[in-house]
Amino acid sequence: MNRIIRKQQLSAEVFRIEVEAPLIARERKAGQFIIVQVDDAFGERIPLTIADADPVRGTITLIFQTVGRTTHLLADKNPGDTIPALLGPLGTPTHIEKFGHVVCVGGGIGVAPLHPIAEALKAAGNRLTIIMGARTASLLILEDEMRALADDLIIVTDDGSRGRQALVTVPLKELCEQNPKPDLAVVIGPPIMMKFGAETTRPYGVPTVVSLNTIMIDGTGMCGGCRVTVGGETKFVCVDGPEFDGHQVDFDNMMKRLRSYKSREDADHHACHLQQQAHKLAAG
Amino acid sequence: MSHATPDQLHHAATAKLAEIRASGKPLTAKDRAAIPPQEMPNQDPNLRRSNMNEVALGYSPEQTQLEAERCLQCKNAPCVGGCPVGINIPAFVKAAAEGRFDDSIAIIREASLLPAVCGRVCPQESQCQAPCTLGKILKDVNKSVAIGRIERFVADRQREGGAQAVPAIKPPTGRKVAVIGSGPASITVAADVRREGHAVTMFEAFHKPGGVLVYGIPEFRLPKAIVRKEIETLQAMGVTLETNYVIGRTRKLRDLLDRDGFDAVFVGTGAGLPKFMGIPGENLVGVFSANEYLTRSNLMRAYDTAQAHTPIYPSRKVAVLGGGNVAMDAARTALRMGAAEVHLIYRRTEQEMPARVEEVAHAREEGVIFHILQNAKRIFGDDNGCVRAIECLRYELGEPDASGRRRPVEIQGSEFEMEMDTVIVAIGNESNPLIRQTTAGLNVNKYGNILVDETGQTSLDGVYAGGDIVLGAATVILAMGEGRRAAAAINARLAGPARA
Repeated sequence: MNRIIRKQQLSAEVFRIEVEAPLIARERKAGQFIIVQVDDAFGERIPLTIADADPVRGTITLIFQTVGRTTHLLADKNPGDTIPALLGPLGTPTHIEKFGHVVCVGGGIGVAPLHPIAEALKAAGNRLTIIMGARTASLLILEDEMRALADDLIIVTDDGSRGRQALVTVPLKELCEQNPKPDLAVVIGPPIMMKFGAETTRPYGVPTVVSLNTIMIDGTGMCGGCRVTVGGETKFVCVDGPEFDGHQVDFDNMMKRLRSYKSREDADHHACHLQQQAHKLAAG
Repeated sequence: MSHATPDQLHHAATAKLAEIRASGKPLTAKDRAAIPPQEMPNQDPNLRRSNMNEVALGYSPEQTQLEAERCLQCKNAPCVGGCPVGINIPAFVKAAAEGRFDDSIAIIREASLLPAVCGRVCPQESQCQAPCTLGKILKDVNKSVAIGRIERFVADRQREGGAQAVPAIKPPTGRKVAVIGSGPASITVAADVRREGHAVTMFEAFHKPGGVLVYGIPEFRLPKAIVRKEIETLQAMGVTLETNYVIGRTRKLRDLLDRDGFDAVFVGTGAGLPKFMGIPGENLVGVFSANEYLTRSNLMRAYDTAQAHTPIYPSRKVAVLGGGNVAMDAARTALRMGAAEVHLIYRRTEQEMPARVEEVAHAREEGVIFHILQNAKRIFGDDNGCVRAIECLRYELGEPDASGRRRPVEIQGSEFEMEMDTVIVAIGNESNPLIRQTTAGLNVNKYGNILVDETGQTSLDGVYAGGDIVLGAATVILAMGEGRRAAAAINARLAGPARA
């Protein structure tokens, strides 16, 4: 049982919670994730990024967007409530060294997994240019935290409500065209954004790391549900990843696999919102 | 095959048993061989293909006694040699024949910790029942004494009677042993080590203990309540259970020894990454490993669509690739999840199938369509990247290969296509990479299986391993045998006063 210490709503569908998990807080490294289950009798198991951890307090921070049943149930929980099952830290930690100039690109909720990686890269002595993007201003998360790490911070929104009106690929391309070009790009966000991020850097030969979030059950290398095609080979995100060479990932196949249960997800999303509305009305 | 009801089987057995008892004469070997083998009462195939309840319903007391009377009590007891844990089979069968069911289960428990499980899932026809003299006389291994079914009856009777005793525990020794994983090998080690008075902590990555017994084997073949009972017995013995705890990540294996004060560690992490065929189309939407498909259904209870949050793929036409128990489990689960057609594709013949004969028969009765001497060559997708069809090749059998089974040889130009929307790959597992990736100095073979010596010890002092992580995909009873051996070595190591 893991108790929720703090909860904060970051935007209409994005929440940040701090959860007691002392062992995970002590062991976790940048790039790792956990598997969470909100109901241990009938719940599903889903992977979520560890956005931050405090080994002294023994807590980890999770940032998530309400998508399916589990994330909605998690959003309904409050400080003092417990999460019955939390497993981690899972996945291979990010390879961190002094690369030189690193461009960190975060799209939407992807800024959450990007944050600890940027932090570790900064601590290793890299110069960081951080590009943060979202559909609209209210969906930008962790801006202050990222600003604190960035040597240069570029904010873009699709609708121009904050920063430049552009996709993250626009400033990324500009950076790749500079001389010298960046030594590494780390691109994390929705699959379509990672795909186009990787396509942007490819012609310039800038090594590009992406972090994949696929359907997963055990998270320890048993079920094979998380598999992706990387460089023509099947890889397992839970033990071989979650980070891969973005230029090698078959994003089209991955995006299709992510939609395997789309109809169920949509139905749950709808039902959960109706339920949340009902709770609000009942609470007066 | 016509379906005999449990009542019919019970009444026939009761009448026959009464006839034998009334004669008052000791039975000759010829008399025993003439007793009809007792059929296992099963749920009606037409009903069971739409429910998750157990298929085999178990013998009645009379059927058990009558079946046990078939045993010739051979002096050389070849059956015992066929049992990986060496249960005194003639003794427990004799006790059952005489209606001394408590004695019977007590004899089994001297050697086996999981009789209700083994009575259900052991491949008896290739283990204890293979060398049975009666089977040899009747020239049919399936007419050997049904040792497993008798074992199941006496184990179930004890559990249902609430009389399952907690084994005696020796006084505390001050020694601590960590057991990684909670499947059959680990359960065996935990019990054997705990009985010597050592403190035992069992670490399980999932939220529920039991390993493959709960995520892999479906309810209709092994009810979860039976596994739960075994785990409760361990806890009643004082074994500490840590769920949601993955060694190698939450804590490194070496930390258990170097920092947490464990005196020995047993690694029973079981099967790992599923194997795939390596054919085109294998990552299309609608292609699953049997592990994923079965875990969704068994552990996450996706079959309970009203309550479970975990979705399972809506399938109409399913192809299952493989011929083992896992393939049968996946095929039969798919039927129960509402598939209209389930096709099992296996590249050898039914004789070479590694699945238990009983499970193959059950699958057939329930309507699984068998394609033998065929193999998938590629999977075709539609515009959405979903499975549309599978292309197969026909095979014929050639000379025996390294496995001793006749090698399947493809027939050139025999390709044909079948429409499918789901493909479940059930061709086995690689070993789990987590512990070896995060434990320096742990020697493994080229398949990633942990190497152990004859006592079950790994290349690291004080670290033992057993079960599928050592054997590759094997059986419950072999895993238990390995657990026994490692537990004996751990107990020998920890005998005597604790080090300062």
